[in-house]
Amino acid sequence: MPAEPPVASPATLADAYALIQREPHTPIAGGTDLMVRITGELGSIPERIVDLARLDDLRGISLERSAVAIGALSSYTDIRRSAICREHLPALVEAAATVGAAQIQNRGTLGGNIANASPAGDTLPVLIAMDAAIVVGSVRGERTIPADDFWTGYRTTALAPDELILRIRVPLVPGRETRFRKVGTRRAQAISKVVAAVSWRDHGRSSGWTQVRVAYGSMAPTPIRVRQVEAILEGAHPTPETADKAAAMLAATLQPIDDVRSTADYRRMVAARVLHRILRDAGGW
Amino acid sequence: MTTVRFLVNGAPVEVDVPGMRRLLDVLREDLGLTGAKEGCGEGECGACTVILDGEVVDSCLVPICQVEGRIVRTVEGLARRTGDGPVLDELQQAFLEAGGAQCGICTPGMLMAARQYLDAGGGPDDVAIRTAIAGNLCRCTGYTKIVEAIAQAASVHP
Ligand SMILES: Cc1cc2nc3c(=O)[nH]c(=O)nc-3n(C[C@H](O)[C@H](O)[C@H](O)COP(=O)(O)OP(=O)(O)OC[C@H]3O[C@@H](n4cnc5c(N)ncnc54)[C@H](O)[C@@H]3O)c2cc1C
Ligand code: FES
Ligand code: FES
Repeated sequence: MPAEPPVASPATLADAYALIQREPHTPIAGGTDLMVRITGELGSIPERIVDLARLDDLRGISLERSAVAIGALSSYTDIRRSAICREHLPALVEAAATVGAAQIQNRGTLGGNIANASPAGDTLPVLIAMDAAIVVGSVRGERTIPADDFWTGYRTTALAPDELILRIRVPLVPGRETRFRKVGTRRAQAISKVVAAVSWRDHGRSSGWTQVRVAYGSMAPTPIRVRQVEAILEGAHPTPETADKAAAMLAATLQPIDDVRSTADYRRMVAARVLHRILRDAGGW
Repeated sequence: MTTVRFLVNGAPVEVDVPGMRRLLDVLREDLGLTGAKEGCGEGECGACTVILDGEVVDSCLVPICQVEGRIVRTVEGLARRTGDGPVLDELQQAFLEAGGAQCGICTPGMLMAARQYLDAGGGPDDVAIRTAIAGNLCRCTGYTKIVEAIAQAASVHP
Protein backbone atom coordinates (compact mmCIF):
# COMPACT_ATOMS: atom_id res chain seq x y z
CA MET A 1 0.00 0.00 0.00
CA PRO A 2 1.19 3.56 -0.61
CA ALA A 3 2.44 5.88 2.13
CA GLU A 4 -0.25 7.28 4.41
CA PRO A 5 1.12 10.62 5.66
CA PRO A 6 -0.82 12.38 8.41
CA VAL A 7 -3.64 14.58 7.14
CA ALA A 8 -5.63 17.40 8.75
CA SER A 9 -9.03 18.48 7.44
CA PRO A 10 -9.64 22.03 8.71
CA ALA A 11 -13.24 23.24 8.53
CA THR A 12 -12.48 26.94 8.11
CA LEU A 13 -10.05 28.96 6.06
CA ALA A 14 -8.69 30.63 9.22
CA ASP A 15 -7.86 27.22 10.71
CA ALA A 16 -6.24 26.12 7.46
CA TYR A 17 -4.10 29.29 7.27
CA ALA A 18 -2.97 28.93 10.89
CA LEU A 19 -2.12 25.27 10.44
CA ILE A 20 0.04 25.70 7.35
CA GLN A 21 1.74 28.75 8.77
CA ARG A 22 2.86 26.78 11.85
CA GLU A 23 4.25 23.92 9.79
CA PRO A 24 4.41 23.34 6.06
CA HIS A 25 1.62 21.07 4.80
CA THR A 26 1.03 19.89 1.25
CA PRO A 27 -2.56 20.63 0.21
CA ILE A 28 -4.80 18.00 -1.31
CA ALA A 29 -7.78 19.09 -3.41
CA GLY A 30 -9.06 16.44 -5.86
CA GLY A 31 -5.95 14.32 -5.32
CA THR A 32 -5.48 13.37 -8.98
CA ASP A 33 -1.88 14.52 -8.86
CA LEU A 34 -1.17 14.17 -5.15
CA MET A 35 -2.48 10.61 -4.73
CA VAL A 36 -0.07 9.51 -7.44
CA ARG A 37 2.75 11.14 -5.45
CA ILE A 38 1.99 9.17 -2.26
CA THR A 39 2.71 5.98 -4.19
CA GLY A 40 6.30 7.28 -4.28
CA GLU A 41 6.53 6.74 -8.04
CA LEU A 42 6.51 10.43 -8.87
CA GLY A 43 8.79 12.65 -6.81
CA SER A 44 9.00 12.81 -3.04
CA ILE A 45 6.23 11.76 -0.67
CA PRO A 46 4.76 14.74 1.22
CA GLU A 47 5.38 14.70 4.97
CA ARG A 48 2.10 16.27 6.11
CA ILE A 49 -1.06 16.96 4.24
CA VAL A 50 -3.86 19.48 4.58
CA ASP A 51 -7.17 18.45 3.04
CA LEU A 52 -8.96 21.41 1.44
CA ALA A 53 -12.24 19.60 0.78
CA ARG A 54 -14.13 21.20 3.68
CA LEU A 55 -13.21 24.76 2.76
CA ASP A 56 -16.43 25.95 1.19
CA ASP A 57 -14.88 29.40 0.59
CA LEU A 58 -12.92 27.71 -2.21
CA ARG A 59 -16.07 26.46 -3.98
CA GLY A 60 -18.54 27.94 -6.40
CA ILE A 61 -18.50 29.75 -9.72
CA SER A 62 -20.00 33.24 -9.78
CA LEU A 63 -20.45 36.19 -12.07
CA GLU A 64 -18.98 39.41 -10.68
CA ARG A 65 -19.36 42.84 -12.25
CA SER A 66 -16.77 42.37 -14.97
CA ALA A 67 -15.28 38.98 -14.21
CA VAL A 68 -16.06 35.34 -13.56
CA ALA A 69 -14.78 34.06 -10.22
CA ILE A 70 -14.05 30.33 -10.12
CA GLY A 71 -13.39 28.72 -6.73
CA ALA A 72 -10.11 26.79 -6.62
CA LEU A 73 -11.96 23.58 -5.71
CA SER A 74 -14.13 23.70 -8.85
CA SER A 75 -13.71 20.41 -10.69
CA TYR A 76 -13.51 20.04 -14.45
CA THR A 77 -17.02 18.61 -14.30
CA ASP A 78 -18.22 21.69 -12.35
CA ILE A 79 -16.69 23.93 -15.02
CA ARG A 80 -18.23 21.91 -17.88
CA ARG A 81 -21.65 22.05 -16.24
CA SER A 82 -21.51 25.70 -15.17
CA ALA A 83 -23.91 27.88 -17.17
CA ILE A 84 -21.69 30.89 -16.40
CA CYS A 85 -18.57 29.22 -17.80
CA ARG A 86 -20.41 27.88 -20.84
CA GLU A 87 -21.70 31.32 -21.68
CA HIS A 88 -18.66 33.45 -20.86
CA LEU A 89 -15.64 31.13 -20.93
CA PRO A 90 -16.28 28.50 -23.62
CA ALA A 91 -12.53 27.99 -24.23
CA LEU A 92 -12.04 27.01 -20.58
CA VAL A 93 -14.99 24.61 -20.83
CA GLU A 94 -13.37 23.10 -23.92
CA ALA A 95 -10.06 22.70 -22.11
CA ALA A 96 -11.81 21.08 -19.11
CA ALA A 97 -13.48 18.61 -21.45
CA THR A 98 -10.10 17.40 -22.76
CA VAL A 99 -8.62 16.63 -19.33
CA GLY A 100 -8.24 12.93 -18.52
CA ALA A 101 -11.53 11.05 -18.65
CA ALA A 102 -14.71 11.25 -16.55
CA GLN A 103 -13.04 9.85 -13.42
CA ILE A 104 -10.36 12.57 -13.55
CA GLN A 105 -12.77 15.37 -14.52
CA ASN A 106 -15.04 14.56 -11.58
CA ARG A 107 -12.18 14.94 -9.09
CA GLY A 108 -9.44 17.13 -10.58
CA THR A 109 -9.73 20.84 -9.76
CA LEU A 110 -8.72 24.06 -11.46
CA GLY A 111 -6.74 25.12 -8.38
CA GLY A 112 -4.90 21.79 -8.47
CA ASN A 113 -4.00 22.21 -12.13
CA ILE A 114 -2.59 25.66 -11.37
CA ALA A 115 -0.65 24.68 -8.24
CA ASN A 116 0.65 21.48 -9.77
CA ALA A 117 2.41 23.71 -12.32
CA SER A 118 2.99 21.08 -14.96
CA PRO A 119 4.17 22.66 -18.23
CA ALA A 120 1.52 20.43 -19.85
CA GLY A 121 -1.35 21.59 -17.60
CA ASP A 122 -4.19 22.02 -20.07
CA THR A 123 -6.01 24.97 -18.50
CA LEU A 124 -2.89 27.06 -17.96
CA PRO A 125 -2.48 28.53 -21.48
CA VAL A 126 -6.21 29.37 -21.46
CA LEU A 127 -5.84 31.25 -18.17
CA ILE A 128 -2.85 33.16 -19.55
CA ALA A 129 -4.63 33.99 -22.82
CA MET A 130 -7.66 35.31 -20.92
CA ASP A 131 -5.54 37.49 -18.58
CA ALA A 132 -6.83 35.54 -15.58
CA ALA A 133 -5.66 36.42 -12.08
CA ILE A 134 -4.97 33.86 -9.36
CA VAL A 135 -6.27 35.01 -5.96
CA VAL A 136 -4.24 33.48 -3.13
CA GLY A 137 -4.53 33.79 0.63
CA SER A 138 -2.64 33.20 3.87
CA VAL A 139 -2.57 34.52 7.44
CA ARG A 140 -1.24 37.73 5.89
CA GLY A 141 -4.41 38.24 3.83
CA GLU A 142 -5.19 37.93 0.16
CA ARG A 143 -3.19 38.93 -2.90
CA THR A 144 -3.71 38.59 -6.62
CA ILE A 145 -1.14 37.20 -9.03
CA PRO A 146 -1.57 37.56 -12.81
CA ALA A 147 -1.56 34.12 -14.46
CA ASP A 148 1.29 35.24 -16.68
CA ASP A 149 3.51 35.73 -13.59
CA PHE A 150 2.35 32.66 -11.67
CA TRP A 151 4.58 29.92 -13.09
CA THR A 152 8.15 30.94 -12.33
CA GLY A 153 10.13 27.90 -13.49
CA TYR A 154 9.85 24.17 -14.03
CA ARG A 155 7.13 23.13 -11.56
CA THR A 156 7.66 26.22 -9.41
CA THR A 157 5.13 28.96 -8.73
CA ALA A 158 4.81 32.37 -7.12
CA LEU A 159 2.85 30.76 -4.26
CA ALA A 160 4.47 31.02 -0.81
CA PRO A 161 4.63 27.74 1.16
CA ASP A 162 1.90 28.95 3.53
CA GLU A 163 -0.43 30.27 0.82
CA LEU A 164 -3.47 28.62 -0.73
CA ILE A 165 -5.09 29.31 -4.07
CA LEU A 166 -8.59 30.59 -3.28
CA ARG A 167 -10.12 31.40 -6.65
CA ILE A 168 -9.41 32.39 -10.21
CA ARG A 169 -10.75 35.66 -11.61
CA VAL A 170 -11.22 35.81 -15.34
CA PRO A 171 -11.98 39.34 -16.58
CA LEU A 172 -14.85 39.62 -19.05
CA VAL A 173 -13.60 41.63 -22.00
CA PRO A 174 -16.21 42.78 -24.52
CA GLY A 175 -15.58 41.34 -27.98
CA ARG A 176 -12.83 38.98 -26.82
CA GLU A 177 -12.52 35.66 -28.62
CA THR A 178 -10.47 32.78 -27.24
CA ARG A 179 -9.53 29.57 -29.02
CA PHE A 180 -8.15 26.40 -27.42
CA ARG A 181 -6.38 23.47 -29.09
CA LYS A 182 -4.81 20.36 -27.58
CA VAL A 183 -2.77 17.75 -29.38
CA GLY A 184 -2.19 14.47 -27.56
CA THR A 185 -1.84 10.78 -28.32
CA ARG A 186 -5.50 9.96 -27.99
CA ARG A 187 -8.67 11.79 -27.16
CA ALA A 188 -8.99 10.81 -23.51
CA GLN A 189 -6.42 10.43 -20.74
CA ALA A 190 -3.58 11.93 -22.81
CA ILE A 191 -0.99 14.39 -21.56
CA SER A 192 -0.59 17.17 -24.12
CA LYS A 193 2.23 17.14 -26.66
CA VAL A 194 1.15 20.65 -27.62
CA VAL A 195 -1.52 22.82 -26.02
CA ALA A 196 -2.40 26.31 -27.22
CA ALA A 197 -4.75 29.16 -26.42
CA VAL A 198 -5.06 32.32 -28.50
CA SER A 199 -7.27 35.28 -27.74
CA TRP A 200 -7.94 38.65 -29.32
CA ARG A 201 -10.43 41.49 -29.51
CA ASP A 202 -11.98 42.12 -32.87
CA HIS A 203 -13.35 45.62 -33.42
CA GLY A 204 -14.80 45.06 -36.87
CA ARG A 205 -13.60 45.35 -40.42
CA SER A 206 -11.49 48.51 -40.46
CA SER A 207 -9.27 48.16 -37.41
CA GLY A 208 -7.26 45.03 -36.75
CA TRP A 209 -7.08 42.76 -33.72
CA THR A 210 -6.07 44.15 -30.33
CA GLN A 211 -5.08 42.61 -26.99
CA VAL A 212 -3.77 39.55 -28.77
CA ARG A 213 -2.51 36.76 -26.50
CA VAL A 214 -0.72 33.67 -27.75
CA ALA A 215 -0.08 31.12 -25.00
CA TYR A 216 1.40 27.63 -25.26
CA GLY A 217 1.91 24.67 -22.94
CA SER A 218 4.32 21.71 -23.25
CA MET A 219 6.78 23.89 -25.16
CA ALA A 220 8.98 25.21 -22.32
CA PRO A 221 9.58 24.58 -18.59
CA THR A 222 6.43 26.64 -17.87
CA PRO A 223 3.36 27.55 -19.87
CA ILE A 224 4.40 30.61 -21.87
CA ARG A 225 3.20 33.67 -23.74
CA VAL A 226 4.84 34.14 -27.11
CA ARG A 227 5.14 37.91 -27.31
CA GLN A 228 7.00 37.97 -30.63
CA VAL A 229 3.99 36.33 -32.27
CA GLU A 230 1.54 38.56 -30.41
CA ALA A 231 3.41 41.58 -31.84
CA ILE A 232 2.82 40.33 -35.40
CA LEU A 233 -0.89 39.79 -34.78
CA GLU A 234 -1.52 42.98 -32.83
CA GLY A 235 -3.27 45.49 -35.10
CA ALA A 236 -3.39 42.93 -37.94
CA HIS A 237 -6.17 40.93 -39.58
CA PRO A 238 -6.09 37.12 -39.79
CA THR A 239 -5.10 37.01 -43.47
CA PRO A 240 -3.09 34.16 -45.08
CA GLU A 241 0.01 36.40 -45.15
CA THR A 242 -0.29 37.28 -41.47
CA ALA A 243 -0.87 33.64 -40.59
CA ASP A 244 2.26 32.56 -42.50
CA LYS A 245 4.34 35.23 -40.79
CA ALA A 246 2.97 34.43 -37.33
CA ALA A 247 3.44 30.66 -37.73
CA ALA A 248 7.02 31.15 -38.99
CA MET A 249 7.82 33.42 -36.05
CA LEU A 250 6.32 30.89 -33.64
CA ALA A 251 8.45 28.07 -35.06
CA ALA A 252 11.56 30.26 -34.88
CA THR A 253 10.86 31.35 -31.29
CA LEU A 254 9.79 28.19 -29.50
CA GLN A 255 12.47 25.94 -28.09
CA PRO A 256 10.67 22.80 -26.96
CA ILE A 257 12.49 19.69 -25.76
CA ASP A 258 12.65 16.05 -26.83
CA ASP A 259 11.05 13.78 -24.27
CA VAL A 260 9.16 10.50 -24.01
CA ARG A 261 5.97 12.06 -25.33
CA SER A 262 7.35 13.82 -28.38
CA THR A 263 10.33 15.30 -30.19
CA ALA A 264 11.20 19.00 -30.24
CA ASP A 265 10.83 19.15 -34.04
CA TYR A 266 7.38 17.57 -33.92
CA ARG A 267 6.25 19.96 -31.21
CA ARG A 268 7.53 23.01 -33.07
CA MET A 269 5.88 21.98 -36.35
CA VAL A 270 2.57 21.10 -34.74
CA ALA A 271 2.52 24.27 -32.67
CA ALA A 272 2.99 26.36 -35.81
CA ARG A 273 0.34 24.37 -37.66
CA VAL A 274 -2.12 24.79 -34.79
CA LEU A 275 -1.65 28.58 -34.81
CA HIS A 276 -2.03 28.70 -38.59
CA ARG A 277 -5.32 26.76 -38.35
CA ILE A 278 -6.69 29.02 -35.63
CA LEU A 279 -5.91 32.09 -37.76
CA ARG A 280 -7.37 30.47 -40.88
CA ASP A 281 -10.60 29.63 -39.05
CA ALA A 282 -10.77 33.17 -37.66
CA GLY A 283 -10.17 34.67 -41.10
CA GLY A 284 -12.71 32.36 -42.70
CA TRP A 285 -10.46 31.42 -45.65
CA MET B 1 -6.21 7.39 12.73
CA THR B 2 -9.47 8.93 11.67
CA THR B 3 -12.95 7.58 12.10
CA VAL B 4 -14.79 7.78 8.81
CA ARG B 5 -18.46 6.91 8.33
CA PHE B 6 -20.06 6.47 4.95
CA LEU B 7 -22.51 4.31 3.01
CA VAL B 8 -21.35 1.41 0.87
CA ASN B 9 -23.98 -0.09 -1.38
CA GLY B 10 -26.65 1.27 0.92
CA ALA B 11 -25.17 -0.05 4.18
CA PRO B 12 -23.59 2.28 6.74
CA VAL B 13 -19.94 1.48 7.54
CA GLU B 14 -17.41 2.94 9.96
CA VAL B 15 -13.66 2.54 9.66
CA ASP B 16 -10.80 3.67 11.87
CA VAL B 17 -7.90 4.20 9.49
CA PRO B 18 -5.25 6.76 8.49
CA GLY B 19 -7.03 9.63 6.69
CA MET B 20 -4.82 9.34 3.62
CA ARG B 21 -5.62 5.65 3.08
CA ARG B 22 -6.98 5.22 -0.42
CA LEU B 23 -10.68 4.43 -0.75
CA LEU B 24 -9.53 1.46 -2.86
CA ASP B 25 -7.54 0.03 0.08
CA VAL B 26 -10.34 0.66 2.55
CA LEU B 27 -12.78 -1.20 0.31
CA ARG B 28 -10.46 -4.12 -0.39
CA GLU B 29 -8.44 -4.45 2.82
CA ASP B 30 -10.61 -3.03 5.57
CA LEU B 31 -14.06 -3.92 4.27
CA GLY B 32 -13.22 -7.07 2.30
CA LEU B 33 -14.90 -5.77 -0.85
CA THR B 34 -12.42 -6.97 -3.45
CA GLY B 35 -14.53 -6.13 -6.50
CA ALA B 36 -12.71 -2.88 -7.30
CA LYS B 37 -9.31 -3.83 -8.70
CA GLU B 38 -5.93 -2.13 -8.61
CA GLY B 39 -4.57 -2.01 -12.15
CA CYS B 40 -2.18 0.92 -12.08
CA GLY B 41 -2.66 2.81 -8.84
CA GLU B 42 -2.35 6.12 -10.67
CA GLY B 43 -5.64 6.99 -12.30
CA GLU B 44 -4.84 5.66 -15.76
CA CYS B 45 -6.71 2.36 -16.03
CA GLY B 46 -10.08 2.73 -14.28
CA ALA B 47 -10.04 -0.82 -12.85
CA CYS B 48 -10.71 0.71 -9.42
CA THR B 49 -13.71 2.78 -10.60
CA VAL B 50 -16.55 3.19 -8.09
CA ILE B 51 -19.44 5.63 -7.94
CA LEU B 52 -19.06 8.36 -5.28
CA ASP B 53 -22.16 10.52 -4.73
CA GLY B 54 -23.36 9.73 -8.24
CA GLU B 55 -20.05 10.39 -10.04
CA VAL B 56 -17.48 7.88 -11.29
CA VAL B 57 -14.10 8.20 -9.56
CA ASP B 58 -10.89 6.19 -9.48
CA SER B 59 -10.88 4.86 -5.92
CA CYS B 60 -7.05 4.70 -6.02
CA LEU B 61 -7.02 8.52 -6.14
CA VAL B 62 -9.52 9.22 -3.33
CA PRO B 63 -8.22 9.56 0.25
CA ILE B 64 -10.70 8.13 2.74
CA CYS B 65 -10.80 11.42 4.70
CA GLN B 66 -12.77 12.87 1.79
CA VAL B 67 -15.40 10.10 1.91
CA GLU B 68 -16.89 11.03 5.31
CA GLY B 69 -20.69 11.11 5.05
CA ARG B 70 -20.76 10.17 1.38
CA ILE B 71 -22.35 7.43 -0.70
CA VAL B 72 -20.17 4.80 -2.39
CA ARG B 73 -21.42 2.21 -4.86
CA THR B 74 -19.22 -0.71 -5.90
CA VAL B 75 -19.70 -3.67 -8.22
CA GLU B 76 -20.80 -5.78 -5.23
CA GLY B 77 -23.94 -3.64 -5.05
CA LEU B 78 -25.11 -4.19 -8.61
CA ALA B 79 -26.83 -7.57 -8.27
CA ARG B 80 -30.23 -7.47 -6.58
CA ARG B 81 -30.71 -9.72 -3.59
CA THR B 82 -33.91 -11.76 -3.80
CA GLY B 83 -35.37 -14.73 -1.95
CA ASP B 84 -33.88 -16.99 -4.64
CA GLY B 85 -30.39 -15.51 -4.28
CA PRO B 86 -28.75 -12.63 -6.13
CA VAL B 87 -30.03 -11.61 -9.55
CA LEU B 88 -27.57 -9.90 -11.89
CA ASP B 89 -28.48 -6.42 -12.97
CA GLU B 90 -29.14 -5.87 -16.68
CA LEU B 91 -25.59 -4.64 -17.34
CA GLN B 92 -23.95 -7.68 -15.78
CA GLN B 93 -26.33 -9.89 -17.74
CA ALA B 94 -25.52 -8.03 -20.96
CA PHE B 95 -21.74 -8.36 -20.36
CA LEU B 96 -22.24 -12.13 -19.95
CA GLU B 97 -24.36 -12.45 -23.08
CA ALA B 98 -22.26 -10.18 -25.32
CA GLY B 99 -18.89 -11.53 -24.14
CA GLY B 100 -17.94 -8.22 -22.55
CA ALA B 101 -15.57 -9.86 -20.04
CA GLN B 102 -12.51 -12.03 -20.63
CA CYS B 103 -9.89 -11.99 -17.85
CA GLY B 104 -12.27 -9.84 -15.83
CA ILE B 105 -9.78 -7.40 -14.32
CA CYS B 106 -11.31 -4.35 -15.99
CA THR B 107 -14.88 -5.59 -15.60
CA PRO B 108 -15.86 -4.20 -12.17
CA GLY B 109 -14.64 -0.75 -13.21
CA MET B 110 -16.27 -1.01 -16.64
CA LEU B 111 -19.54 -2.03 -15.05
CA MET B 112 -19.51 0.93 -12.67
CA ALA B 113 -18.62 3.41 -15.44
CA ALA B 114 -21.40 1.91 -17.55
CA ARG B 115 -23.83 1.88 -14.61
CA GLN B 116 -23.28 5.60 -14.07
CA TYR B 117 -23.68 6.21 -17.82
CA LEU B 118 -27.06 4.45 -17.84
CA ASP B 119 -28.18 6.06 -14.56
CA ALA B 120 -27.44 9.48 -16.08
CA GLY B 121 -29.78 8.62 -18.94
CA GLY B 122 -27.22 7.42 -21.52
CA GLY B 123 -28.55 5.52 -24.53
CA PRO B 124 -27.21 2.92 -27.00
CA ASP B 125 -25.09 5.51 -28.87
CA ASP B 126 -21.63 4.19 -29.78
CA VAL B 127 -19.70 7.47 -29.43
CA ALA B 128 -21.36 8.39 -26.14
CA ILE B 129 -20.67 4.92 -24.70
CA ARG B 130 -17.02 5.06 -25.77
CA THR B 131 -16.67 8.49 -24.13
CA ALA B 132 -18.22 7.17 -20.92
CA ILE B 133 -15.67 4.32 -20.70
CA ALA B 134 -12.70 6.34 -22.01
CA GLY B 135 -11.10 6.21 -18.54
CA ASN B 136 -11.33 2.40 -18.39
CA LEU B 137 -8.67 0.32 -20.11
CA CYS B 138 -9.21 -3.27 -21.23
CA ARG B 139 -6.27 -5.44 -22.35
CA CYS B 140 -8.44 -8.33 -23.57
CA THR B 141 -11.66 -7.57 -25.40
CA GLY B 142 -10.78 -4.84 -27.88
CA TYR B 143 -13.74 -2.91 -26.40
CA THR B 144 -16.24 -3.81 -29.14
CA LYS B 145 -18.07 -6.41 -27.07
CA ILE B 146 -18.06 -4.15 -24.03
CA VAL B 147 -19.64 -1.35 -26.06
CA GLU B 148 -22.18 -3.85 -27.46
CA ALA B 149 -23.03 -5.05 -23.97
CA ILE B 150 -23.62 -1.51 -22.70
CA ALA B 151 -25.69 -0.66 -25.79
CA GLN B 152 -27.72 -3.83 -25.23
CA ALA B 153 -28.40 -2.92 -21.60
CA ALA B 154 -29.26 0.63 -22.64
CA SER B 155 -31.84 -0.66 -25.14
CA VAL B 156 -33.43 -3.05 -22.66
CA HIS B 157 -33.87 -0.30 -20.09
CA PRO B 158 -34.35 2.96 -21.98
C1 LIG C 1 -5.04 9.71 -15.42
C2 LIG C 1 -4.78 11.18 -15.31
C3 LIG C 1 -5.00 11.98 -16.42
C4 LIG C 1 -4.75 13.36 -16.35
N1 LIG C 1 -4.98 14.11 -17.46
C5 LIG C 1 -4.69 15.44 -17.43
C6 LIG C 1 -4.90 16.24 -18.59
O1 LIG C 1 -5.36 15.76 -19.64
N2 LIG C 1 -4.58 17.56 -18.52
C7 LIG C 1 -4.10 18.14 -17.38
O2 LIG C 1 -3.83 19.33 -17.37
N3 LIG C 1 -3.90 17.39 -16.26
C8 LIG C 1 -4.19 16.07 -16.27
N4 LIG C 1 -3.97 15.30 -15.14
C9 LIG C 1 -3.41 15.95 -13.93
C10 LIG C 1 -4.44 16.38 -12.89
O3 LIG C 1 -5.64 15.69 -13.04
C11 LIG C 1 -4.72 17.89 -12.95
O4 LIG C 1 -3.52 18.61 -12.82
C12 LIG C 1 -5.71 18.32 -11.87
O5 LIG C 1 -6.24 19.57 -12.18
C13 LIG C 1 -5.11 18.38 -10.48
O6 LIG C 1 -6.12 18.85 -9.59
P1 LIG C 1 -6.40 18.10 -8.20
O7 LIG C 1 -7.46 18.87 -7.52
O8 LIG C 1 -6.65 16.67 -8.42
O9 LIG C 1 -4.99 18.34 -7.51
P2 LIG C 1 -4.29 17.63 -6.25
O10 LIG C 1 -3.70 16.35 -6.67
O11 LIG C 1 -5.19 17.63 -5.08
O12 LIG C 1 -3.15 18.71 -6.03
C14 LIG C 1 -2.19 18.99 -7.05
C15 LIG C 1 -1.12 19.93 -6.50
O13 LIG C 1 -1.67 21.20 -6.27
C16 LIG C 1 -1.61 21.57 -4.88
N5 LIG C 1 -2.89 22.25 -4.61
C17 LIG C 1 -4.14 21.80 -4.96
N6 LIG C 1 -5.08 22.72 -4.65
C18 LIG C 1 -4.42 23.79 -4.13
C19 LIG C 1 -4.85 25.07 -3.63
N7 LIG C 1 -6.14 25.43 -3.65
N8 LIG C 1 -3.91 25.91 -3.14
C20 LIG C 1 -2.59 25.55 -3.14
N9 LIG C 1 -2.14 24.36 -3.61
C21 LIG C 1 -3.03 23.49 -4.08
C22 LIG C 1 -1.36 20.28 -4.16
O14 LIG C 1 -0.63 20.48 -2.99
C23 LIG C 1 -0.56 19.48 -5.17
O15 LIG C 1 0.78 19.83 -5.12
C24 LIG C 1 -4.25 13.93 -15.16
C25 LIG C 1 -4.05 13.13 -14.04
C26 LIG C 1 -4.30 11.75 -14.10
C27 LIG C 1 -4.08 10.90 -12.90
S1 FES D 1 -5.95 1.37 -10.25
FE1 FES D 1 -7.04 3.20 -10.09
S2 FES D 1 -7.05 3.91 -12.11
FE2 FES D 1 -5.78 2.17 -12.27
S1 FES E 1 -11.35 -8.35 -19.79
FE1 FES E 1 -9.24 -8.46 -19.37
S2 FES E 1 -8.75 -6.36 -19.14
FE2 FES E 1 -10.76 -6.28 -19.85
